[in-house]
Amino acid sequence: MHEMSIAMSIIDIALSEAEKAGAQTIDEIEVEVGQLAAVMLESLRFCLEAAAKGTLTETATFTLINIPGHGHCLACQRDVAITEFPAQCDVCQGFGVSITAGTELKIRSISINGDNNGREE
Amino acid sequence: MCDSCNCGGNTPPTVTIQKTGPHSNHSSSRKIVVEQDILCKNNSQGENNRKFFQQQQILTLNLVSSPGSGKTSILERTVRDLHQELAISVIEGDQQTARDAERIQATGAPAIQINTGTGCHLDAEMIRRALPQLNPPPHSLLFIENVGNLVCPALFDLGEAAKVAIISVTEGEDKPQKYPHMFRAASICLINKIDLLPYLDFDLALCKELALQVNPALQFFEVSAKSGEGLGAWYQWLRHEFSHCHHH
Ligand SMILES: Nc1nc2c(ncn2[C@@H]2O[C@H](COP(=O)(O)OP(=O)(O)OP(=O)(O)O)[C@@H](O)[C@H]2O)c(=O)[nH]1
Ligand SMILES: [Mg+2]
Ligand SMILES: [Zn+2]
Repeated sequence: MHEMSIAMSIIDIALSEAEKAGAQTIDEIEVEVGQLAAVMLESLRFCLEAAAKGTLTETATFTLINIPGHGHCLACQRDVAITEFPAQCDVCQGFGVSITAGTELKIRSISINGDNNGREE
Repeated sequence: MCDSCNCGGNTPPTVTIQKTGPHSNHSSSRKIVVEQDILCKNNSQGENNRKFFQQQQILTLNLVSSPGSGKTSILERTVRDLHQELAISVIEGDQQTARDAERIQATGAPAIQINTGTGCHLDAEMIRRALPQLNPPPHSLLFIENVGNLVCPALFDLGEAAKVAIISVTEGEDKPQKYPHMFRAASICLINKIDLLPYLDFDLALCKELALQVNPALQFFEVSAKSGEGLGAWYQWLRHEFSHCHHH
C-alpha cells in the first residue's frame, strides 16, 4: 500500500516546512490529490492519521483537495473530462487523450502558529 | 528547485508567507504556501540514479508485475542466453527471502537482494544504497526486479531507462485495465507463459487491445520463459536499447 509512503512523505515535508518557519503548532495541511493520481483518499486519510502520531502534525487538520481529471483529445482537439483510465474521449470515443490535469500529488500549504522571529533568514 | 531535496524540477521555491492572524510579534497564525510535489524526494533520487546510469552507460530496466508472472524466470533465461555477449547484473526486490537473488546467482550473474519487509515497492534510495554493493560494471545491463505488485511500484521512479511490465496468460486479459497506472508507466509489456495458451481461453488480441487503450504507445513481446518461444525478439530489443545507450 503506497498510501503509507505517501503519507509519510507528506508528514516529512510538512514538518520540515513548519520547522523552517519556527512553528509551535500546525493547524492545517492542505494536500492536492488528483483524481487520476492512483491514490485512494480514504486510505490516504487513514495512513495520515497513523503517520502523524507523536509529531507536530498530530493535531493538524488534513484537508485533502481532489483535483478533477482532464485531458486533451488529440483526434478532435477538444478538452475532455477524464474520471478514470483508460482515458477516453466522450465525443469520438478515441483513446488518444493526453492528460492535462488530475495527476497532482502535492502539498499546497500548511497553516501554522508560532514565533515568527529568530528562525527566518 | 525545492529546498528539501534539490530536485531541479519545476516546483517553485517554498516559503511564501501570508499573515492571516492579527499582526502581533508572537503566535501569529499564518499560512505557508508550500506547493511541493509529495514524491519530490524519490523523484530527485531517481534522477540522480539515472544520471549515474547514463554516465556509466548502464542500461537499467525496472521489471514490474503481479506476483508469479515470471519475472525471475525471464531473467534467469535472459542471463543464460545473453551473458556471453553482455555483462548483466540484477537487483532483486521482495518483501522477504533471498530466493530470487540466489536463483539469479545460480545462472552466473551477480545479483543482490533487497528485502522491503512490509514495504510494497522499491524506491530510488534503496537502489542508491544497493549500487555500491552490487557494483555493476560500466557498459552493462542492469535489471531491477521490483516487488510483485501491480499498483505501488508504478509511482516510484528508480532511475530506470524503462519500466517493463510482465503479464502472464494465466492472469486474465483485463489486467491492464484493472491496473492502468502500471501499464501507463511501462513502455514495454512482456506477455509471458504463452506455452500455456493451448490450455487456456486467454485472448491475446483482446489483452493487447485493452492494454493499448490504456497506453497507446505500449510495445509487446509474447514470450515463454519455459519454452523460450518469442524471447529472440525481446533479446533483439535489449541489444538495440543497449547499443543506443552506448552511443550517448
Ligand atoms: N508454464 C510456464 N510457467 C512459467 C513460465 N514462466 C514462469 N513460470 C512459472 O511461474 C511461477 C512463478 O515464476 P517466477 O519467475 O518465480 O515469477 P516472479 O514474477 O518472479 O514471482 P515473484 O518474484 O514471486 O513475484 C514458477 O512456478 C515458474 O516456473 C512460463 O513461461 N511458462
Ligand atoms: Mg521473482
Ligand atoms: Zn475525441
